[in-house]
Amino acid sequence: MRLLPSRFRRRGQPLRCRELVELVTAYVEGTLDARERERFEAHVRLCDGCVHYVEQLRTTIALTGRLDHAALSDGARRELLHAFREWKRA
Amino acid sequence: MAALALPVIFPWTARSKSSHFDRRLAVAASRMQPPALTDDDELTALRAGDEAAFAALVDRYGPSMMRVARLYVRTPSVAEEVVQETWLAVLNGLDRFEGRSSLKTWIFSILVNIARTRGTREARSVPFSELAAREADADEAPVDPDRFQGTRDPQPGGWAVPPASWAPIPEQRLLSDETLERVRDAIAALPPAQRAVIALRDVEGWSSAETRAALDLSEGNQRVLLHRARAKVRAALEDYLS
Repeated sequence: MRLLPSRFRRRGQPLRCRELVELVTAYVEGTLDARERERFEAHVRLCDGCVHYVEQLRTTIALTGRLDHAALSDGARRELLHAFREWKRA
Repeated sequence: MAALALPVIFPWTARSKSSHFDRRLAVAASRMQPPALTDDDELTALRAGDEAAFAALVDRYGPSMMRVARLYVRTPSVAEEVVQETWLAVLNGLDRFEGRSSLKTWIFSILVNIARTRGTREARSVPFSELAAREADADEAPVDPDRFQGTRDPQPGGWAVPPASWAPIPEQRLLSDETLERVRDAIAALPPAQRAVIALRDVEGWSSAETRAALDLSEGNQRVLLHRARAKVRAALEDYLS
């Protein structure tokens, strides 16, 4: 796993918090192998700090999704349609 | 993925199921002709000079394009210029578009390139793919190492300063404009490839496959960039909310 510097990887050992935070995105994407997924979930069941970390990340993603839009101004939209007609003629 | 007996704070299972599905879809799609539906019809209409079709596309993608452009440039009016330039580039490139990617990912890959080259000189001279590789390969810790205990502490690798729960924070505060401004600022402060990935994945809600196609990223790079981007935005929020 590229995310984890090799000095932190201890296969088969219970996950440490510092390792878990490296694996969060892969866990969410569903790309952890079965063993790493089990280690992740086993750790999280018992560790408040990591539960809060993952919750915070989930909230962050939800908030990021709420950044609102600015639509194109009417003027810009008109210019675009005008440009389209010019392009058509060329 | 098997169902998980986790407390309700983990809707991750639903999300991970859908990205697993997306991956399989992307693999299947790459092996066969893309379904000759929307994209082909839209392309035909555009090439035939159908103004209504063009207007529909502009309206459909406009808000997302503005949002993404806005993450690269300082003002809404410059973002608007970027969007306009993008549409012109799309029209001028229509003849050459071979349909290997979807119309949407093609449009946004043009947008991202125009948006970032409006910025710094460095952005103009370094190809995006190289920036992305550099950012993904850099040795970067998503969480400040000081937050964890060292080898001499009672629980090496455990939290020294555990994150607090955000549950007590009133929803009004979490959803306020001020908080969203912090999110926006954190994203604007990201290095360009991380910013592009979080913009498409989390701001726009695109799948991993679409994002990789638009930005020409490997799965590994995309994941690393997303991981680092999200971690930084979380850290900025934690600072603000604590």
